[in-house]
Amino acid sequence: MNNSKDNILNNLLKHSIENKPSKIVDKESHKPLSNKKKIESLKSILESVRAEVHLLKYNGLNDWINSELSKRNLSRVLIGDSSIQRNLGLTFSDDLDVSYYSDSIESWKDKLFNDIDVGITTTIGAIARTGSLVLWPNSEEPRLISLVPDVHIAVVKVDEIYETFSEVIEKQNWSENMPTNALLISGPSKTADIEQVLAYGVHGPKELIVLIAS
Amino acid sequence: MSQVNLFTRRINKALSNNQLQTSFRSAMSYLMEKRLSRFPDYEKLQLSRNKSNSIRANSVSNLGDLLLTLESNLTKNGIKVHWAENATQANEIIHSILNNANAKTVVKGKSMVSEEIELNEYLVDNGIDILETDLGEFLIQLDDDRPSHIVMPAIHKNKFEIARTFSDNFPDLKYTEDVDEMTQQARIVLRDKFSHADAGISGVNFAVAETGTLCLVENEGNGRMCTTVPNLHIAVTGIEKVVEKLENIPPLFDILPKSATGQECTTYFNMISGPRKDNEKDGPKEVHLVLLDNGRSRVSRDSSINEILNCIRCGSCINHCPVYVKLGGHAYGTVYPGPVGIVFESLIQGLDKAGALTSACTMCGACAQVCPVKIPLPKLINRLRNESIEGLGSDSVLGKGSMKKPLEAGIWKGWRFIYSNPLVCLLFVKTMTRMRLFVPTNIGKWSKYRNTPKPGKRSIEDIARIAGFTNE
Repeated sequence: MNNSKDNILNNLLKHSIENKPSKIVDKESHKPLSNKKKIESLKSILESVRAEVHLLKYNGLNDWINSELSKRNLSRVLIGDSSIQRNLGLTFSDDLDVSYYSDSIESWKDKLFNDIDVGITTTIGAIARTGSLVLWPNSEEPRLISLVPDVHIAVVKVDEIYETFSEVIEKQNWSENMPTNALLISGPSKTADIEQVLAYGVHGPKELIVLIAS
Repeated sequence: MSQVNLFTRRINKALSNNQLQTSFRSAMSYLMEKRLSRFPDYEKLQLSRNKSNSIRANSVSNLGDLLLTLESNLTKNGIKVHWAENATQANEIIHSILNNANAKTVVKGKSMVSEEIELNEYLVDNGIDILETDLGEFLIQLDDDRPSHIVMPAIHKNKFEIARTFSDNFPDLKYTEDVDEMTQQARIVLRDKFSHADAGISGVNFAVAETGTLCLVENEGNGRMCTTVPNLHIAVTGIEKVVEKLENIPPLFDILPKSATGQECTTYFNMISGPRKDNEKDGPKEVHLVLLDNGRSRVSRDSSINEILNCIRCGSCINHCPVYVKLGGHAYGTVYPGPVGIVFESLIQGLDKAGALTSACTMCGACAQVCPVKIPLPKLINRLRNESIEGLGSDSVLGKGSMKKPLEAGIWKGWRFIYSNPLVCLLFVKTMTRMRLFVPTNIGKWSKYRNTPKPGKRSIEDIARIAGFTNE
């Protein structure tokens, strides 16, 4: 359809540029948040959309996850590959049925959709002002872990909480190397399509648990 | 039947439906309140509207260059780009991509462009099983209905109607009128479809030229499902959705959900910059983008109307429109209703086909006041009204002058003659003031809802003279 492309571009190019606006104003001035305020803001916004947020020590993650999973009866756990587990310092108890996302989706799709209770992922940061988690899924930690299981547990490092989305893009230099998929997640899946009544867990996770680790 | 008569008929139908009006009124009031609560600081809001406006205006005035950059970066990233001049071409392209991949079942995320090209109908006619997965769109599809709002498509349905739709379509599921339970039922039905579909189709909220990235805004997770689980992903979007730089995205993503549904932020912001890489374990192996023109390039050429292409489809103008709230979305008879719909549909379809919509505006200005990208909607509607009669504008407006009525034109012509000839004018004024009691009270449609205007006892010139004003 090269013809179509030429036709469309011809239609446009002949007459464009005449209306170029003044330079885009991009910097917004507001007082930067302190680290403490950033944590507070992230926590309170996430909680307002029914996410669960816990502040933990890094070496307390293992105990929290193991004990809460068994308490909540979430025994079928999915995590990226073993390096993710190592990085988070997790040793899963024997009662848990742990799966690693080490094979392509095609070979185990049914299991992913039907036999997993909870997915655990890391994040590459969080955004305080909008209550968002930033994820760059990759081969160690594929995209569907944070989407298909009913519960998503995400670990945020306390020193990776940014104030705004702009700041994340700038400081992490996104425009130079975008991944296949970059995600902001700001709560459990929800809808208000029936009579504007808010209902959670329509297609993605029903629960989002955020562990802020310091 | 003429477009005007058809529109009148739909208006009358809507106005006689009290339940519809009550539910739209309460829904729109709720959305207006929620939006307002997100913008407590007026100055800040204006700042962020200005910013969003300049980003979008920059896109619209550089569409050609930006689209070429977008294409080259998407191609570099492994996303195949297709160009469609109109709906037919877009549908054919999508169908052939599906055919090449031997895809028979498709899950689809919400996309207004796909409504615009009537993609579902086309694919179903060609034997493809296509399923809407946004909960609202899913309900619409089950009922073979049409969306009545661009953000909340099923806003015209109440939960009892929806409960009946569910029980008719899924007799195995337990009958319930509880919203949470219905939502869970939809989850169960649709999850199965996501995991088995051959392809996913989605729209695009913003396409970033600089990085070759497609951005999708959503709350439910169905958009992520459609763009991650199946092996093939086809995105379809209007050519105007491109933005120049990645740094343009945060301001737009900030103002969009606040304006649309009064949310601080949507649950998901999904940025796609390529198909699955060799070492990656999920995501589609093939990603395509279909760029639809369908009249947009024609509109972009005329800088006095191309501001409509700034639109980021938040629906805020619709939520604040006093006409929409009375009529609901279906009365417009178009894909896009409300103020944005009046302008967009009149321009894309042509005034000869959709120009009647321009009458559905009170010029109250609420839409322009809330528009996050500052589209001067009343100005554009007024301009199109004028175009539909006078037809003096550029070729970017199709069907200009098509709504000119001989009687109306004759009356104005006579008026001009009278007022440009002093003697005739004097005679006319004298006659009218003397004969004022003989003016009929019933003058057709005009007097149906209004008092008939009566000439006064004295002309304005007489009143002025008596008050002591001289000719100047």
